[in-house]
Amino acid sequence: MKDKNKIIAGLVVFIAAITFPFWFNLGKAAPAPELVLTAKAKAAKTCVMSTEFMKANHMQLLDVWRHNVVRRSERMFVSPDGKLYDMSLSNTCLDCHSNKAEFCDRCHDYASVSPYCWDCHIDNPKGE
Amino acid sequence: MKNSRRRFLQIAGVSALGLGAKPVLNAFASGGAEGPGYHVAKGEDARSAKQWAMVIDTRKLQTAEALEPIIEACNKIHNIPTGIENKNHEIKWIWETHYHNAFTDKASSFLDEAVENRPFLLLCNHCENPPCVRACPTKATFKNENGIVMMDFHRCIGCRFCMAACPFGARSFNFRDPRPFIKETNKEFPTRMKGVVEKCNFCAERLAVGKQPACVEASNGAIAFGDLYDEHSEVRELLKENYTIRRKQTLGTEPAVYYIV
Repeated sequence: MKDKNKIIAGLVVFIAAITFPFWFNLGKAAPAPELVLTAKAKAAKTCVMSTEFMKANHMQLLDVWRHNVVRRSERMFVSPDGKLYDMSLSNTCLDCHSNKAEFCDRCHDYASVSPYCWDCHIDNPKGE
Repeated sequence: MKNSRRRFLQIAGVSALGLGAKPVLNAFASGGAEGPGYHVAKGEDARSAKQWAMVIDTRKLQTAEALEPIIEACNKIHNIPTGIENKNHEIKWIWETHYHNAFTDKASSFLDEAVENRPFLLLCNHCENPPCVRACPTKATFKNENGIVMMDFHRCIGCRFCMAACPFGARSFNFRDPRPFIKETNKEFPTRMKGVVEKCNFCAERLAVGKQPACVEASNGAIAFGDLYDEHSEVRELLKENYTIRRKQTLGTEPAVYYIV
């Protein structure tokens, strides 16, 4: 066991190298994006579900929407407070949230997720 | 019983599997459409049938000009790319062809000239026994409870087995991004992307809100649409009174598009 020092030195270098990205970026976290609501979204006050639910679960909800619309021809969404909505990403979601760049993209870029919804669904149904 | 190291690892492994399986099972179990406080349903105006069917009265559609507005209506509302120069890349939902190409098993040598020279409107037959559905490995093509053979573009992997299986050439593959070829985008309906197969959907999105398919609306009464298994439907009335033919009937796919000649 004459190599103890070499091993410890090697370990220190290894741990330093492997943790480099963490301490190099310490305190430099990008600020959470600010989302902009359109006037229409502000006026509506509530989304199809509560804001907390939408923040955490909009992807699961959209998955339910796409499955039920395409595969079961169910297009009507009844929200907890009894309001009816047409289950459509382009025509219902983006009707209110017509500012995709400030509302959807900012968060998606921040979280580094790139959903391919927009390859088919047209992102600004109002043509603004 | 003496505990060996092997025995301990076996028990640990099975226990870990049990713990790990719970969230996975939960994820699978949450397939229903009932969520926290919400539920989904069909619209009140939604039209339903056992098997939607179409009867095309070709006597009222004698010329290519008569077919144009019908094809145009479909192309426009479904964002179908037109004007792709390469014929192999064309996207067709509803199109016209010559009698001999439409009814390959019916062509005799000496035909009624009026019928032989008539243009025929072709579209997906929404077969009662669709071979494309059997061929699709991902169930992206499926038959819904209305008898419409539907495409789920979210699931299509572009393998084109369905195209090989379809004896009617009713399916088109997007070899390229269709968006540059759509003259006027209808913002209500999605476009498709490169790498998926697409086809006529009998305007499932219009039936869901109580409307007729676009081609039926644009045909000025030359095309009828209704439930094949409803004795009093418009299509059944027409089938009772007229001699009709179907495409490639001998294959047994039971096409749901009938032609009055």
